Amino acid sequence: MLFALEFPPVSHLLEWPDILFGGTPFAINKPVLIFFAAFVLTLALFFAAGKKKLVPSGAQNVAESAVNFIEDSVIMQTMGRDGMVYLPFLLTLFFFVLFCNIFEVLPFIQFPATSRMAIPAFLAIMVWVIYNFVGLKNHGLRYFKNVMIPPGVPAPLLPLVALIEFVSTFFVRPFSLAVRLFANMLAGHLLLVTFAVLTATLWDSSPLFAIVWAPFVVLIGLTGFEILVALLQAFIFTILTAVYIGGAAHPEH
Amino acid sequence: MTLSTVLAQTEPGEFLDGLKAIGAGLGYGLAAIGPGIGIGLVVGNAITAMARQPEAAGMVRTTMFLGIAFTEALALIGFVVFILINFA
Repeated sequence: MLFALEFPPVSHLLEWPDILFGGTPFAINKPVLIFFAAFVLTLALFFAAGKKKLVPSGAQNVAESAVNFIEDSVIMQTMGRDGMVYLPFLLTLFFFVLFCNIFEVLPFIQFPATSRMAIPAFLAIMVWVIYNFVGLKNHGLRYFKNVMIPPGVPAPLLPLVALIEFVSTFFVRPFSLAVRLFANMLAGHLLLVTFAVLTATLWDSSPLFAIVWAPFVVLIGLTGFEILVALLQAFIFTILTAVYIGGAAHPEH
Repeated sequence: MTLSTVLAQTEPGEFLDGLKAIGAGLGYGLAAIGPGIGIGLVVGNAITAMARQPEAAGMVRTTMFLGIAFTEALALIGFVVFILINFA
């Protein structure tokens, strides 16, 4: 090997030693701390924005534009006016996922809590419970009929379509919801690590070497790209939640 | 050096690891083809729609992100399989 490039094993990038309560089920490590930080930040944003002033400033500005954004481009596009009751839930979900993601690019932390499967899986299960609850509450047992028998399917195809719809609604949806967030953040994290390792290795071998700038420039560009991905994934998670809840509440006729 | 001499010189585990790496790389590459074309189609058509009807841009954009999310899931599952084969 020319520069003796050593890529750290993936377990070093994703598994962190316990900081507190090691060995117990309540062990706290870095992803858990980030999780708590995201929780506190979400809460703090809502409290900071709660002091209503006529001319908004600071946190209230952020919160008001976020409410507008979720209202216009998530709820009105997927559920319509009736969906406004879910605004607090979707807003909290959006900010929580966003804060969990954005730690990916914050200097000295640089780890997205959502790149461990636990948090996306938990959020996806929560969304699964909520949309099924909404469907059952609004339609009772007819909810299963709504899910499994889409309108306008020819009779011979019905058993196959019903099976596919059942599996896709109750199993594939939460799975893909969790995997989408998890895999995006994991891929982004690995990408940043790859270019950071490349930059560091080239720097060690010869700081004056001209090519050392190439991976560094790419690293900076990718950091910007990852900020976009963090925002986009939070948005997509929220909008898919809205689509699932809307679909359960108002099935197609 | 023929294939049989190469096989005779490698440990069985080593050979298996090599096959795993090849399979993982090929698997991810193949999983990325379809979604790549799919996302191209989705975004391209969304841009056409936005150019034709700029007043519907908001609705088109939301639907576009939905389409991207569903299409992209296949590539991401390929990526997860890659990670699982290589590191798990």
